[in-house]
Amino acid sequence: MNLWQEFIRPATLSQALKAFAESRGPALPIAGGTDLMLDLAQGRHSPIHTLVDVTSIAEMTVLELRGDELFVGASVPVSRIVSDRLAGAHAQALTEACELIAGPQVRNVATLGGNVAHALPAADGTIALLALNAEAEIAGLYGIRRVPLNELFLGPGKSSLKHGEELLVGFYLPLSKLGQASCFKRIMRPQGVALPIINLAIWLESADDTVKQIRIAVGPGAPTPWRATEAEKLMTGKPMNEETINAGLDAVLAQIGFRSSPRRASADYRRHLVEGLFKDTLETAWQRAK
Amino acid sequence: MNNQISISVNGIKHTLEPIAGETLSTLLRERLRLTGTKIGCGEAECGACTVLVDGEPIVSCIYPAERAGGKQITTIEGLAERIHEEMKLHPLQEAFVEHGAVQCGFCIPGQIMTAYALLKRNPNPNSEDIRFALKDTLCRCAGYPTIENAIIAAAHSLRTGKPIPQPHIPDSIHNHDVVGRTHLRPDAVEKVTGDAIYTDDLLFDGMLYAKARRAMIPHGILKKLDISKAKALSGVTAVLTAEDIPGEHNHGLVIYDWPTIVGIGERVRYVGDTLAIIAAETQQIAEQASALIEAEFDLQPVITNPVQARQAGQPQLHPNGNLLKHIKVRKGDLDVGFAKADVILEHTFHTPITDHAFLEPECSIAVPKPDGRMEIYVGSQIPYQDRTQVARVMGWEESRVRIVGQLMGGGFGGKEDVMGQIHVAMLANVTQRPVKLLFDRHESLLVHPKRHATQIRVKIGAMKNGRLVAVDTELYGDTGAYASLGEKVMTRATTHSAGPYDVPHVRADCYAMYTNNPPAGAFRGFGVTQSAFAVESMMDMLAEKLNIEPVELRRMNALHVGSITNTGQELRESVGLIECIDKVDAEMRRSNPHPFKPTIDSAQPNLVRAWGFASAYKNTGLGGGAPDISGAEVELYDDGMFEVRSSSAEMGQGLVSVMRMIVAEEMAVGPDKVRVLVMDTDLTPNGGPTTASRQTYVTGNASRYAAKTLRNAITAMLAEKYDVKPEQIKYKNGFVHANGHSMSYAEVAKEMKAMGQQPRALYEYEAPKTRPLGTGGDMHFAFSFGVQAAEVEVNTQTGEVRVLKVIAANDVGMAVNPLGLQGQVEGGVMMGLGNALTEEFIMDNGNVVTDHLARYRVPGIMLTPEITAIIVEHPTAEGPYGAKGVGEICSIPTTPAITNAIYNAVGVRIDRTPVDQELIAKTIWEREEEK
Repeated sequence: MNLWQEFIRPATLSQALKAFAESRGPALPIAGGTDLMLDLAQGRHSPIHTLVDVTSIAEMTVLELRGDELFVGASVPVSRIVSDRLAGAHAQALTEACELIAGPQVRNVATLGGNVAHALPAADGTIALLALNAEAEIAGLYGIRRVPLNELFLGPGKSSLKHGEELLVGFYLPLSKLGQASCFKRIMRPQGVALPIINLAIWLESADDTVKQIRIAVGPGAPTPWRATEAEKLMTGKPMNEETINAGLDAVLAQIGFRSSPRRASADYRRHLVEGLFKDTLETAWQRAK
Repeated sequence: MNNQISISVNGIKHTLEPIAGETLSTLLRERLRLTGTKIGCGEAECGACTVLVDGEPIVSCIYPAERAGGKQITTIEGLAERIHEEMKLHPLQEAFVEHGAVQCGFCIPGQIMTAYALLKRNPNPNSEDIRFALKDTLCRCAGYPTIENAIIAAAHSLRTGKPIPQPHIPDSIHNHDVVGRTHLRPDAVEKVTGDAIYTDDLLFDGMLYAKARRAMIPHGILKKLDISKAKALSGVTAVLTAEDIPGEHNHGLVIYDWPTIVGIGERVRYVGDTLAIIAAETQQIAEQASALIEAEFDLQPVITNPVQARQAGQPQLHPNGNLLKHIKVRKGDLDVGFAKADVILEHTFHTPITDHAFLEPECSIAVPKPDGRMEIYVGSQIPYQDRTQVARVMGWEESRVRIVGQLMGGGFGGKEDVMGQIHVAMLANVTQRPVKLLFDRHESLLVHPKRHATQIRVKIGAMKNGRLVAVDTELYGDTGAYASLGEKVMTRATTHSAGPYDVPHVRADCYAMYTNNPPAGAFRGFGVTQSAFAVESMMDMLAEKLNIEPVELRRMNALHVGSITNTGQELRESVGLIECIDKVDAEMRRSNPHPFKPTIDSAQPNLVRAWGFASAYKNTGLGGGAPDISGAEVELYDDGMFEVRSSSAEMGQGLVSVMRMIVAEEMAVGPDKVRVLVMDTDLTPNGGPTTASRQTYVTGNASRYAAKTLRNAITAMLAEKYDVKPEQIKYKNGFVHANGHSMSYAEVAKEMKAMGQQPRALYEYEAPKTRPLGTGGDMHFAFSFGVQAAEVEVNTQTGEVRVLKVIAANDVGMAVNPLGLQGQVEGGVMMGLGNALTEEFIMDNGNVVTDHLARYRVPGIMLTPEITAIIVEHPTAEGPYGAKGVGEICSIPTTPAITNAIYNAVGVRIDRTPVDQELIAKTIWEREEEK
């Protein structure tokens, strides 16, 4: 069986949506294809009639300032995000996460849209976007809608995107202001599947010695990409000191639902690791914010 | 929307019809026949298929071909300039050749393309830049340090316009005119241009594509097999089952216990067993047909490990039961030994199955000839054995089969058993068309024999002063479903299980057991990798107990000239172990006078560093009483060129360089005057298996004596012609000098023919006789010795381990080819590092979990430590110029050196590989909690 029958390369969003509507069989968007191609080739995904290549769609390949937001097109290769000056200035956690995704040849084709659309609880790009308070722009034949990123995720590997009808166009990120900064870190193991054991992104705003605002995302902290909302609440408005850090960590541990992944990491190990990772990431973000 | 694909490849425009489901790599390889782009995994893991799309490197194996429309593609074939007939290499290609970065060559196009893109963007990259860029471009020969050096050298040349800076490789201390000095590989240039042809790159008219239907159950009796739907599928030309086997049903290297195809009523012993084979017009149709075959089994309980296999009441997998072999080593009297001991320690170690992960998956092509013969094109470590096994199953005389060996993209022991050779012969015979059977990575991981998983208990006794008095070991080896070389591998594991030490009282018992896991066979190290991990860990445990320095403990017990090995062999020469220990020790202490004490990083106190130390030895050659024979033939052609021929295998290790240099040495010509032909059962004499680190020794000697025989014939002829004494005939600088005459070899060739003599000589070399285990005397004709020290950095918070430095000294007798040796040693260290840290072939009740490369990690350039290779040369009298084997010894001590270093850093004893960072972290945090 051919993995697909038709390969369509639309230049605009409306052409792409039309292609979905007109497909004579199951249709899927393909961006980098670094996961989808393997799923098809290895039989984890049933053969597809139409692949709609979204890498030439103008609206999806821009990375630019739009008003007081940064727009990152869903089809922008992650290697471009890594080297982009705007992304570096406003979304350092995202840059750091993208730099750690796979190897250079894969980064040259893999996209943030693909990273998010897979809805994996510890996808590096997703965890960074979550801490950066990203909103997703979605297009359908009905037009355009915008949703907070976390509303996209329904379960492990399941997103609320309507396959074959909707497209993830890109992400809006608030611009970084004075006193605001972010950081992403992760821990791997050298054997087996190249998924992080744990990853963590923090965005914060400092005012003198006080945590004015903070967002903490941890993967895999729950079946869907997860934010440590309790810790965020607890730390907001507190002075940045040992006590606040420890209270924040305790709140993360109290709220998080680590599980044991066979051959990757036990829940105990993750609970142990999150301590160091949380403190390191927080420390770096705090230094950057000052 | 059937838009045509318009692409520019290496500056040439192509307009092609789109093919549904096609990837860019398939378009390049199949449609444009640009076969320099290699497929190592098909899953975006290895980087061998890297090409540039609009200047950016991408993996072409998962890049839809249609997406490439309108884009500029650059492949490896596009780098060298062809000016008239002359090829001008790109500086990167030149540097890869000159720095010895090319071994098997299969990954090289990907390495060079990735590096090419890097240099376009960054003309002056440092080591970190290079590692970042090459992160996921794997090299299993693991010449990462030479690859890095080559890129830096090429960048320098590109920036300055100056010639490529040369590597600094010292000559052998026993150097001659040619041997012992650096010379380039004869096949390096074709490997950097993409012109090198591996089996999958061949195309024959009318070729069919084959697929083997695998059982995919670990244990059961085949009850029913329905091939009717597969046969009825359009485009299928043959579907064969066990009933169609013309001759003997089983194959095997030592024991014929492996069914070519499992028949109805017969036993399936592992997931990779074959139920049927298919030939079809396309690969896709063959795969589709395979999926249409329906099989029914009577499922049986699964034997998952060798300890279980030996227990009572277990299913018996073979007619003789589950025990392949009980191997015994006895020396002295164990009770007497332990009675003398002041300290006795005992511990049990475990090692997992591991995979060779050679980057070129298995491929065989059978081509039927009009005269009824069958040619089989394959990359094989033992061409003559392939011939025997194919002929046996076909029911033919061996002479009816010709194995035409192809360049091999790595072997490491994993290409000794037949894989597709017999299947393609059967299908080609029935269809009378050429048939190709190419494994994808998935099938390669499922089917071919692996490294034995082991359980090794070591009990060691020593006196207070450190002298070892007794070692008792018990080994279990998992040889999987079929014997392959299991008995031999586990014998080596057993005889070497007390380490390279002089121990008066030794007992070792090994149970090599059949299980329902994939078969286990040869893998670089041949069992000694596993037992060295156990005994060298034990040596450090003992050193701590006795409060003696680990180096000192090893030095005082080290084998030396005059020692008797555990099998009762007196070592009479060529034992460089103590020199290896001393040199590694000195080098290690140069950077740290207290290497085994933990050093805490002052900036990051959760990072702790320490060194670890380990020694090993490994036999050269088959040993154990097996006749160790290799044939080579040297011929002088009319144009003055020599050719040396042997069926021995070139799999990247560099045998072709060794053969060429030896013949050049003996004939007093430059290496460029010698061609090498290997691996062809019609054209080359039998060099025996390429295994056991034996080829430099045996085929090196065969080449040398063949050359000497030819030279003697020339001398005799010229002595008679000029009426001078033979001693007066001199060979120098490519000429033969006699009585004031100076003749070129072209003239010599003509002269010989005029005299009615053929200017060629065949020599069958037989290595010194050895004796079987248990009979005392020389079990092996030579041993190589190796010592390594590794510095690791352990993160006490996360348990993560990084290897920072490795110092490796190897006693190789004599370094025939110092540049090739460097690559072998670095690659061996990296394979040892993978064995310690990253590699684990995981089974789940007989099913393979690690069935894709994405799940089986081999070390990449990011994990490469600083490697210092020290060559020690205690020559062995019979070896060519004193040389003995190196292929395996350089990989053996790495794992225990690393795990001993981890213990020295954080006090966690690793007794199970690969190292589990979670276990390290957990042990540390539990220890902290106890305080």
